[in-house]
Amino acid sequence: MTPDTASENLPRAPARRVDRAGVVIAAALAVLAAVLVWDASKLPSTTMYGMGPEAMPVVIAIGLVILAVGNLIDALRGNLPPRESMDPKPVWLIIGGLALLIAIIGFGGGFILATSALFITTSAAFGRRAVLADTVIALVITTLIYLAFDKLLTLSLPAGPLERLL
Amino acid sequence: MDTFAALAHGMAVAMQPMNLLYALIGVFLGTAVGVLPGIGPALTVALLLPVTYKLDPGGSLIMFAGIYYGGMYGGSTTAILINTPGESASMATALEGNKMAKAGRGGPALATSAIGSFVAGTMATIGLAFLAPWLVDFAVRFGPEDYFALMCVAFVTVSATFGDSPVRGLTSLFIGLTLGLVGIDKLTGQARLAFGIPELLDGVEVTTLAVGLFAVGEALYVASRRHHAEEKLEPVRGSLWMTREDWRRSWKPWLRGTLFGFPIGALPAGGAEIPTFLSYSTERRLTKHPEEFGKGAIEGVAGPEAANNASAAGTLVPLLTLGLPTSATAAMMLAGFQQYGLNPGPLLFAERPDLVWGLIASLFIANGMLLVLNLPLVGLWVRLLAIPQPWLYAGILVFATMGTIAAKPSVVELSMLAAFGVMGFLMRRFDFPIAPVVIGLILGPIAESQLRRALAISLGDPMVLLQSPMSATLLGVALIALLAPFVLRGLGRFKANED
Repeated sequence: MTPDTASENLPRAPARRVDRAGVVIAAALAVLAAVLVWDASKLPSTTMYGMGPEAMPVVIAIGLVILAVGNLIDALRGNLPPRESMDPKPVWLIIGGLALLIAIIGFGGGFILATSALFITTSAAFGRRAVLADTVIALVITTLIYLAFDKLLTLSLPAGPLERLL
Repeated sequence: MDTFAALAHGMAVAMQPMNLLYALIGVFLGTAVGVLPGIGPALTVALLLPVTYKLDPGGSLIMFAGIYYGGMYGGSTTAILINTPGESASMATALEGNKMAKAGRGGPALATSAIGSFVAGTMATIGLAFLAPWLVDFAVRFGPEDYFALMCVAFVTVSATFGDSPVRGLTSLFIGLTLGLVGIDKLTGQARLAFGIPELLDGVEVTTLAVGLFAVGEALYVASRRHHAEEKLEPVRGSLWMTREDWRRSWKPWLRGTLFGFPIGALPAGGAEIPTFLSYSTERRLTKHPEEFGKGAIEGVAGPEAANNASAAGTLVPLLTLGLPTSATAAMMLAGFQQYGLNPGPLLFAERPDLVWGLIASLFIANGMLLVLNLPLVGLWVRLLAIPQPWLYAGILVFATMGTIAAKPSVVELSMLAAFGVMGFLMRRFDFPIAPVVIGLILGPIAESQLRRALAISLGDPMVLLQSPMSATLLGVALIALLAPFVLRGLGRFKANED
């Protein structure tokens, strides 16, 4: 193989384009750096010698700014690795499942209901259509996990209406 | 010699029936979880951390060692049978191993990887046992500035030197360092980046970060590209046993793989990727059957698999003697120690020799158990691979969230888990490496406190970092390692050429 000559002769199909996602990443890093400096500025400097607690956040913020510039350069040159097409629906399904789980735990619904909700949405995200069957499977599995870990290993898992029946 | 006495003592600890049982449970759980596609040893340890929370430290560290080694064995089974390596270190194994499985030689491929892992793991553990006391003697003399410099070396090599892109690697590292700042500053008691949220005062939990990045992130990523994925489970056909010819072709790659894996793993250079690919390309060059490479050459499985396991044992050298994790899995092991308030390093060797040497001795036992357990039970592991994907990932997520719910059943902690999951998904999508984030979080606060101690002792004079010859040398090494990839752009490309 002679990659040098080969790549020179080939026309670069989508000629170097600005990668918008890369620009967003660079901006996010810059915002993160700003948050660090803002937070550090509120810390009173009381240390007599050496570094106080506010020094390291500033150092890391400087690093983040440099990396934001580096990422921005890569994005503007279109230097990011190629990405495959993606299907956003299953991603949102799983994120929805996680949100449901957090809500159920937050409102005291207990471990079994919360993790069952996550199980069903994840399974649906991976293409299962049999919601009813999955609901039964989810309830059985999570109940078994609850019993095994709460009773046998004495880990305390949050209890809701279902757990109190056990 | 000292080492023999210490090791014999460790053996006595590890051979206690309870500890043998822990080791057995560890290798069994480790293999079972490690076999699941998409789950590497780091996530295996992270998922099983909460399970060990209530056990006594000695037993649970022995269990961890079993999980660690078991996860490595399980990962290679997956790489060979369905060509989805759970981690980058198994990528080289998948290259030839999956081809062998497709050609109906899955049995010998599994056998050479299991026996090679055993040979490499045992030799590397011997290396660990003899190298560790020597390094400990050396490390006792380290001042805080030397530790700080050493961590700088680890930061740079883990994130910048050997990755595909130094910019993206360093970005991952700095995200981890930022997360490490969250919480109460240990030296002054001031809250940083807590934004008035009480849960954040304790800082970011390593397990929450690792499980979010690895488990949730991976599930989101696999779900998003399900329409691409076409993974086929190769049935294990024919004999499991290696022929005389297979043995003849395997033993040299095992030894060479060990020689690549252990030293590179033991250096704070991080990752088993380099030695596995070095081993792969070496075997390819030395083989008498070059025509088989790319179609399923047994040398291409034996060498990288030995290198992989040897480097895993190698990373335990800096972890145990210096408290320095150089891979995501080692970082999770460190989190396992910290969960009991133990800090690996020279002090731990002096204060808890029973624990450290019991752990090292149990590595030998875990390795032996894995060899005995793996080959006869391969049918069982293969059946685990046949779990339908929807239930598999649903189950992984239930188990992953369970760990967090058990540790801290708060809305804030679970939201962080979900946020880290989304972050892990985006990092996979945009090709940012994940391990540096975990290492940044766990090492960042330690590096900061060492630096601040050094500066407090020197009354604020930063020259202390250059006055210690050790620290000056290490900082020089870190600087070279940082600049090298920018200078030698071609270095990172050797991996692409192997494909």
